[in-house]
Amino acid sequence: MKISTIKELLGAKVICCADELDKHVYSACGSDMMSDVLAYVKDQAVLLTGLVNSQVIRTAEMMDMNCIVFVRSKMPTAEMIELAEECGIVILATDKRMYEACGLLYSNGLHGNRVKNV
Amino acid sequence: MSEELKFHFVVDGDDFTSAGKASVQVKKNLRQLGLSPETIRRVSIAMYEGEINMVIHAGGGVADVTVTEEYIEILLSDKGPGIKDIEQAMQEGFSTASDNIRSLGFGAGMGLPNMKRYTDYMDIKSTVGVGTDITMRVNI
Repeated sequence: MKISTIKELLGAKVICCADELDKHVYSACGSDMMSDVLAYVKDQAVLLTGLVNSQVIRTAEMMDMNCIVFVRSKMPTAEMIELAEECGIVILATDKRMYEACGLLYSNGLHGNRVKNV
Repeated sequence: MSEELKFHFVVDGDDFTSAGKASVQVKKNLRQLGLSPETIRRVSIAMYEGEINMVIHAGGGVADVTVTEEYIEILLSDKGPGIKDIEQAMQEGFSTASDNIRSLGFGAGMGLPNMKRYTDYMDIKSTVGVGTDITMRVNI
């Protein structure tokens, strides 16, 4: 699924790296606990979280993720945005809650495990 | 690569925001060496978890990374409170982290198990009241 499709499905704002919206993600992970995210490597995944601190960006960077969606209208700090820009990670922000955001992506074909281009 | 490469980092224990900086740097260095993405990811995740542990449990410490032709070794050393029961600490879900740490997204009891999961060798030497030394190796 293209990151631009995620943006549309979630009615999300693009916070940074808008030039990377054509990239694809093949799996997704929704969690506020970063060690749970780090436990299972997924290929080119999107991370959905309600946690706001620099470690969210570093966790995504460690996992080679290319998109982070902040749910429940959470907004990243300037420092986090700077870190994400350095790593080329797209940040999206949506007012949808975690359950709804994950459900929308799942029901539109983005499953937890790797899937083909959607 | 005919010689060993060594990187040394001091991990600041007072600043949670900057925790993980050393791991990010290691990831960059390993990319420049042209190692496989899989190897780089395993090393950087294991080191990142260790670095976070040093910051939240031990007030910081030092990290030494050695790259040889056969493996990458990460040595993490701190003078924190030590681990009372290593076997218990290795269980998924066991954590002594405070609610404050959990609110920061860590303390799920996955740190040490993740470090073991992503490395080919891991050894923990810890003395209560003295500190902890963790050696991890990822084969190339």
